[in-house]
Amino acid sequence: MDLFEYQGKEFFAEYGMPVSPGELALTTEEAVTAAENLGCPVMVKAQVHTGGRGKAGGVKFAASIDEVSEHAENILGLDINGHIVERLWIEKASDIAEEYYASFTLDRSAKKHLGMLSAEGGVEIETVAEENPEAIARIWVDPVEGLSEGNCRNWVKEAALPEQAIEGAVEILLKLYEAYVDGDADLVEINPLILTEDGKVHVLDAKVTLDSNSVFRHENYVDFDQTQTRDEREMAAHSKGLQYVGLEGEVGVIANGAGLAMSTVDVVNQVGGRPANFLDIGGGANADVMTAALEVINNDPDVRSIFINIFGGITRGEEIANGIIDALDRVEMRSPIVIRLDGTNADEGRAILEPHLSQTLQVAPTMLDGAEQAVALAKGMNN
Amino acid sequence: MSIFVNSETKVIYQGLTGSQGKYYGLLNRDYGTKVVAGTNPKKAGTDVEGIPIFASVAEAVGETGATASCIFIPAPGVRSAVLEAAQGGVDFIVAITEGVPAHDEALFYNQLRKDFPNVQLLGPNCPGIISPGECNIGITAGHIALPGGPVGIVSRSGTLTYQALHELKEKGIGCTTCVGIGGDPVPGTSFIDCLAAFEADPETKAVMMIGEIGGSAEEEAAEFISNNMTKPISAYIAGVTAPPGKKMGHAGAIVSGGKGTAKAKMEALEEAGVKVGNNPTEAGDLMAEIVSQF
Repeated sequence: MDLFEYQGKEFFAEYGMPVSPGELALTTEEAVTAAENLGCPVMVKAQVHTGGRGKAGGVKFAASIDEVSEHAENILGLDINGHIVERLWIEKASDIAEEYYASFTLDRSAKKHLGMLSAEGGVEIETVAEENPEAIARIWVDPVEGLSEGNCRNWVKEAALPEQAIEGAVEILLKLYEAYVDGDADLVEINPLILTEDGKVHVLDAKVTLDSNSVFRHENYVDFDQTQTRDEREMAAHSKGLQYVGLEGEVGVIANGAGLAMSTVDVVNQVGGRPANFLDIGGGANADVMTAALEVINNDPDVRSIFINIFGGITRGEEIANGIIDALDRVEMRSPIVIRLDGTNADEGRAILEPHLSQTLQVAPTMLDGAEQAVALAKGMNN
Repeated sequence: MSIFVNSETKVIYQGLTGSQGKYYGLLNRDYGTKVVAGTNPKKAGTDVEGIPIFASVAEAVGETGATASCIFIPAPGVRSAVLEAAQGGVDFIVAITEGVPAHDEALFYNQLRKDFPNVQLLGPNCPGIISPGECNIGITAGHIALPGGPVGIVSRSGTLTYQALHELKEKGIGCTTCVGIGGDPVPGTSFIDCLAAFEADPETKAVMMIGEIGGSAEEEAAEFISNNMTKPISAYIAGVTAPPGKKMGHAGAIVSGGKGTAKAKMEALEEAGVKVGNNPTEAGDLMAEIVSQF
């Protein structure tokens, strides 16, 4: 789950990290009121789940209320990398002397937590990593041992932060690590972490991704789930508990298991088609879950054919076939369907499908054949 | 022969009294796995279809001599279940449960390394392990696997593991052991652990590897293969066409910052001498070619 900057800052503030006072605004009027409450100058910042806000014109300095109004007007509704701005964060402006970068994430190769700190902040860290890798000080933290103050201090010194920033940085980084672990974050990033003109280290931005698997011990994360950016199709699938990712094509894909679903998307591409989605219905493939999956795909106006790719393991072919037939009785389908059913009792399953087959409900012997048939159907309907 | 588990392996099921644990525990027993005990502190002294329930793994190990444990505990309890299994004295732990927080995985992975270096953890979020004809621990449908070898399988994905077993069986090719390592960020067992074990297993003559996008496990495996493997390998990587920044079902399956792409993984493996197919069927065909030369 990705947090908006303002949510990330609230999250950081809970762990005692210094963030600027600010208010959320959904309209220009609210932005003006927020700025009046805070007192100008303020920053007007687009709240979107994507990077590159500054370059896109989504972050502006406002010296006066008039400027707040002008910027808010321009930024609301702005398209930043396909994300439409619906929320603004109005924040008291800071006097910036220097900009740093700090983050914690999991290093999957090392199987340890990785902290990255650089005196060259405010820019894309990927660019720094590429052009000047030695400007990033890295620390690997064993989750069992945690981050000690001594190790943290050495790390800050290695990053060559100026003397006057060291104490403030150590304090913030220890809290950042605590927030990262205690909050079950996949990523916590501060870019920039600033040194103010009056010598204080301060959090100016917040990028936080939380592990959705940890919701059982963080009840409030349900609220963050409500503000995730999803397209309509993804919202509908999410509400039915399906693993769905919207793509751009015309062939709807339904498979059981994440790997098989990913592989099905690949094969559709390989035979010259374009998948409309990734959809994993899990192991069971019963009538209810199949109905939900077909409904989600049926509601996608771009879909012209559907490829159902099911491998029966523990769930037998008969059960799967009956589930599909039941689901088809419940949903009025707009597009033709190709089914590839394999694995346990596949022959029995195919026999159940047999009397229902037609031009718009076909079976395929293999995954490749199924993809080819579905792609042909999608193209045929274009004519 | 097989790796990690065989016909002698005695297994404890943590969570045998739950619906999933009972369902798969009994299926595994029907397959021939030596399912010797279950654990549940509240139901100690009872049994599940003749399988005795003990209060703890330690007690179950003491009474039965089990050396492996299979975890069917809901995600919130997996961290303590893994540590209980290691403390209880088993040396192979299979954690099937999905949805375990990444921080928990990182924590118990490192805890095992430090305090129980001889314990091998498989999973979490994996289908388990099957040495066809000998032992099946987890949720794989046993009959889709043909016993006997000469191929060992290691896979990051559940249903693609079944697909791989199926492709080989269709061609009459048997399997020594099939290990599903799971698609989570911190898998207890890596490709490299399995490749090393297959290399050392005299019955395994070739290895089929199923990877997917995200992380760098396949690239690390490629390096290991270059330096250490003498046995031929075929591979398939799922997610060739996955868009960057989107999680494709598995927590680990995401392409971010241009890293972890299927293309990079396929190239690394090809450079290491691995025969890489564009889909599971092709990888199966490549394996059939390899086996036909034995």
